[in-house]
Amino acid sequence: MFLSADEVNVLILSLQVATWSVAASMVPAVAIGWLLARYDFPGKTALDAILHLPLVLPPVVVGYVLLVLFAPKGPLGEPLREWFGFSFAFSWRGAVLASAVMGFPLMTQAIRLSAQGVDRKLEQAARTLGAPPWQVFLTVTLPLMAPGVLAGTVLSFARSLGEFGATITFVSNIPGETRTLPLAIYTYTQVPGGEGPGLRLVLISVVVALLALAGAEFLNRALTRRIGVSG
Amino acid sequence: MIEVDIALRVGDFELGAAFDAPAGSVTALFGRSGSGKSTIIDCICGLRRPDRGRITVEGETLFDAGAINVPPERRRLGYVFQDARLFPHLSVGTNLRYGERRARTDRPIAAFDDVVALLGIGHLLKRRPGTLSGGERQRVAIGRALLSQPRALLMDEPLAALDRERKTEVLPYIERLRDRFGLPILYVSHAVEEVVRLAQKVVRIEQGRITGVGPVEEMLSGGTIGDEHGPATVLRAVVKRHDTRFGLTTLEIGAGRELVTPAIEPPVGSAVRVRILARDVSLALETPTGLSIQNRLEASIAEMTRPSPFIVDVRLDIGAPLWSRVSAKATEELALAPGKRVIALIKTVALERD
Repeated sequence: MFLSADEVNVLILSLQVATWSVAASMVPAVAIGWLLARYDFPGKTALDAILHLPLVLPPVVVGYVLLVLFAPKGPLGEPLREWFGFSFAFSWRGAVLASAVMGFPLMTQAIRLSAQGVDRKLEQAARTLGAPPWQVFLTVTLPLMAPGVLAGTVLSFARSLGEFGATITFVSNIPGETRTLPLAIYTYTQVPGGEGPGLRLVLISVVVALLALAGAEFLNRALTRRIGVSG
Repeated sequence: MIEVDIALRVGDFELGAAFDAPAGSVTALFGRSGSGKSTIIDCICGLRRPDRGRITVEGETLFDAGAINVPPERRRLGYVFQDARLFPHLSVGTNLRYGERRARTDRPIAAFDDVVALLGIGHLLKRRPGTLSGGERQRVAIGRALLSQPRALLMDEPLAALDRERKTEVLPYIERLRDRFGLPILYVSHAVEEVVRLAQKVVRIEQGRITGVGPVEEMLSGGTIGDEHGPATVLRAVVKRHDTRFGLTTLEIGAGRELVTPAIEPPVGSAVRVRILARDVSLALETPTGLSIQNRLEASIAEMTRPSPFIVDVRLDIGAPLWSRVSAKATEELALAPGKRVIALIKTVALERD
């Protein structure tokens, strides 16, 4: 490859942040997407609205809120540090959190739609065949939701690779720690003569995005084959 | 044995049902769509909760209002849905194993290979449900329910979504499992011919009320119950001989009386049922000559009713009741009246099995 060590580091950091953010979002997104699709409960509308906030707020605002909450002396940051010795501030973990928060509504929405599409009659059939509700969920509902989970994962992964505003506000732009692809590109645009190296990173971004799309399409086809023609 | 005595409110009407379904036979829950049939079996298998009453299967109480409500997965009832409901993401084989793997019993009644052979689905095991025909899907659904080792089988119009050919394909398999496993089978249907062929007992339901319980012959004979072909008679018969030259089967319908029908499969000695539409039974005052009609039964008129001004339904006594529908004009010309002796004429080809 023709990538410099710096470029490789930026790329690896970006993929690492995106992967962790998707991995950490998956289980809560499936749970919340399914809950929103299947149940009515008090506060459902409020929960739905809060989940969608990151989509409509300026990313800088989300980053600011995270900064206030998770700062070392913040209302969530302090207990986290005292009880678990864990901190998001100015580390790549903070970039993961910012990405996860920004991508969460996209993932939840895709999963929610797929959960609405699962035929509840199939779940009833599974019950009559001896499966208790949790087994029905694992063996029928979840596999049939798989295309939606995949779509949500891809969207949120892509969102994470592109995350800029919330990340730079929350955890700043620290080389090797929080400087992901978009932040690195931005940095180059701020220095004289940075257009060349900046363009190289732009091209890397495009290639990564295309590869992610191709991978998703491949998985989606495999899933469709598995789930069958008539759904 | 399934024993049901339940009541619940469904939409606009109050549904109440009390009946039982004995082991080793098919009990048909018979009525129009919307009469509440499916709701009743949803209650039996636990997918719906009755407001009041009690449900027991093989002596175990599955539901007792306010006290017991066993969840569906613990009821050990096999449910065959109208729309098969095979899991689209699993192969036919895995679908079949789904219930078997979770069966809660020490004494399985149905072995995998037997069920697959009985239903003729061995060649489909690796396929996906999406690639099956309607009839194949329904056979797999029946197999899946049987392999969950149920104490009773509930079938909700399993043939209703199939065309005529597919129905004829699946019916014999249901007959086989009825004769093979000794389970109580509750069969929901609004199709007279299926009920006549499969069931021993009929529970008739109209608008959420049970309007009659009895043997098929009684419940489906007579002027008040009919389908689009009008009233009919259902007779119990025994296969007496097959005539391969002309493709005919002779049935004995009691008291030495014989009925010739187009050839049917069951071997000599089998008990079968034959359904004769009232409009296919003609009446003559004396045995006619030079006539193509093969079945000529001596009868006496027991009762006459007029469902409309120009139509007369005649209940004949041929040892068993037999209904004939004739025109008012014929009634007058032949001077038909209760007590009169007549010959009932039935064309052989009118007895073609559905």
